[in-house]
Amino acid sequence: MNPFDPVLPMNPMNYVVLASILFSIGAAAVLLRRNAIIAFMGVELMLNASNLVFVAFSRSLNQVTGQVFAFLVMVVAAAEVVVGLAIIVAVFRSRQSISLDEPAEMKG
Amino acid sequence: MLSITWLAIAAPLASAALLLIGGRWLDRWGHWLGVVASGATVVFGIGAFVGLLSRAAGDRAVETRLFEWIPGSTLHVDASLLLDPLSVSFLLLVGVVGTLIHVYSVAYMADDPRRRTFFAYLNLFVAAMLLLVLANSYLLLFVGWEGVGLSSYLLIGFWNHKPEFASAANKAFVVNRVGDVGFIIALGLMFSRLGAVDFTGVFAAAPTASTGVLTAIGLMLLLAACGKSAQFPLQSWLGDAMAGPTPVSALIHAATMVTAGVYLVVRSAPIYAGAPTALLVVAIVGAITLLFGAIVGMAKDDIKKVLAASTISQIGYMMLAAGLGPVGYAFAIFHLITHGFFKAGLFLGAGSVMHGMDDQVDMRRFGGLSTLMRITWVTMGLGWLAILGVPPFSGFWSKDRIIEAAFVGEGIKPWLLGGVALVGAGLTAYYMSRLFFMTFHGRQRWTEGQHPHEAPALMTVPMVLLAVGSAAAGLALAAGNSFTTWLEPVTGARIEDSPVLPTPLIMTLTLTLVALGIGAAYVQYVSRPVPVKAPVASIATIAARKDLFQDVVNAAVFQYPGQYITRMLVFVDATAVDGAVNGVGAGTARLGEFIRRFQSGRVRSYAAVMLIGVLIVAVLVVKGGA
Repeated sequence: MNPFDPVLPMNPMNYVVLASILFSIGAAAVLLRRNAIIAFMGVELMLNASNLVFVAFSRSLNQVTGQVFAFLVMVVAAAEVVVGLAIIVAVFRSRQSISLDEPAEMKG
Repeated sequence: MLSITWLAIAAPLASAALLLIGGRWLDRWGHWLGVVASGATVVFGIGAFVGLLSRAAGDRAVETRLFEWIPGSTLHVDASLLLDPLSVSFLLLVGVVGTLIHVYSVAYMADDPRRRTFFAYLNLFVAAMLLLVLANSYLLLFVGWEGVGLSSYLLIGFWNHKPEFASAANKAFVVNRVGDVGFIIALGLMFSRLGAVDFTGVFAAAPTASTGVLTAIGLMLLLAACGKSAQFPLQSWLGDAMAGPTPVSALIHAATMVTAGVYLVVRSAPIYAGAPTALLVVAIVGAITLLFGAIVGMAKDDIKKVLAASTISQIGYMMLAAGLGPVGYAFAIFHLITHGFFKAGLFLGAGSVMHGMDDQVDMRRFGGLSTLMRITWVTMGLGWLAILGVPPFSGFWSKDRIIEAAFVGEGIKPWLLGGVALVGAGLTAYYMSRLFFMTFHGRQRWTEGQHPHEAPALMTVPMVLLAVGSAAAGLALAAGNSFTTWLEPVTGARIEDSPVLPTPLIMTLTLTLVALGIGAAYVQYVSRPVPVKAPVASIATIAARKDLFQDVVNAAVFQYPGQYITRMLVFVDATAVDGAVNGVGAGTARLGEFIRRFQSGRVRSYAAVMLIGVLIVAVLVVKGGA
């Protein structure tokens, strides 16, 4: 069955609400937690919340663009994970801590 | 022969270059090279003279194009030489007098370690002056004009190891620059209003130009002439210029510098023809300077300073004559030529006296030298009689004509100008007799251990030749009015106007005043003993000794206000301009300090700010889209 069959309409509202909740949780994790890993997970949560919205609207509007963007976001997220985790490991090695508040060398 | 006259400029110029660039191997004979280079100008001068003489009187103006100098569409100037009776007269005067001074300098500067450089500068001086008088455009003339200024600076400050000599050179240069500004403005006016800077173009356009333009150009040229010829109010440099070696003074005063202003005015006759006001100012400036120089000359005790004041006064006579217009142009040049001979002779004589008196210049320390320095006494005596205007010596023929010409005209002008010229003759007689008597006659007032002696032949021969010129040149040139006729193609036909007083009366008055001047000087400086120390004098004498406070006036009117303005401008620059620049810098730095605080280095606060920003953008997008 063609998933993009216009015969099967859907209401994206529920998905958008779910994505908003997920995004808020992610944002709260980034802003409120000091642990870099947790903050990182929050970022991932926010990315996936946006993916959910992309896909939901893609289905709803019957356009493939949203899915393309979802893939793009996944690729970027994967790359970001690689770099981000490497940074976290490096920071941990240098100061035995992964607190986000401790390193302030970039203070102007 | 006319087409190669440029060599007259090239020879001394090349010699100057060689003497300056060449090394010590030139020390032994380099000065003779300078003499030969200067002598070459006489040869070319005679060649040019003969060449012109062989032409018809109306055809005696030959332009030789050397090269294309400024190839422009609206301003096209060729470097060309103009040979006409006026320029060739100068060529001969500069050549002859310059060469005699060169010969004299060989002996005078014999002990100076920098004699080679001295001759290089002398050659440069001659070359610059010849370029000045031979140029066919005001622009090329200006090149020579500046060259003369440069050489005079180098020569006045030749002994610049003495700070006051160096500052005398600076003074000459700076005062000359004031005049040069006038020249530059005149050049600009010519180009913008008359559309040309060469003589032919300017003189062709002059009759159609407005009187205002011509008056402006005339006054600016007069300013230039005042600077170069040491005329009031730019006369102050000439006295200090005595710092240079004596031959330099002779050169500056007789041939290569102060005469340039008179030349400029006479050369610009077609401009002044349309600007009677400017011409009157020339005459007034000449009259003021004439009296100024004479008054200063009466009080000075320094033999060279007296001669310097005398030059100022005599050039004043020439300016006065030039300011009379066509009546006087030829006499101005005539007096310039005779003055060239006797003033050079007098300066060389003064140099000879200094040579014999261990560089003493105070006339109160001379006296009784006539028996010990026979040749100097006779040659200076002839120069003295010539400058006094005693017939038949040369000054009589030229100066008397100027006095007569000054009496030509209507209204009060001839009485004033003529009166000044007449009084000037008497004052000249007094101060020159004073110089002569104080130096050669009366009691010996030397300092201990001086043995005055005659100068060597290398110095006396030029003095003798110049003395012959002083004695005979006037008569030779005045005979049959040959010289004024020769100048007619340039100065225009002589206007035979009768003076307001009968000519014999003027001549009698002049000679009476001259006799009175001599008599007064004789009574004061021969009959009575001359005090070695200058006696306490009246206020007038003190003023004259101080050059009538020319330096005080210059300082009060120009120097101090100028310094004040400069300080004010520096203050404005330091506070306003620098303040603005520094303020921008400091403001940027403070802004940076402020913005720096946002760069906290805390990752979570960055994230929060980003989130807020994204939310704001999102709200705006959503609301805008709605």
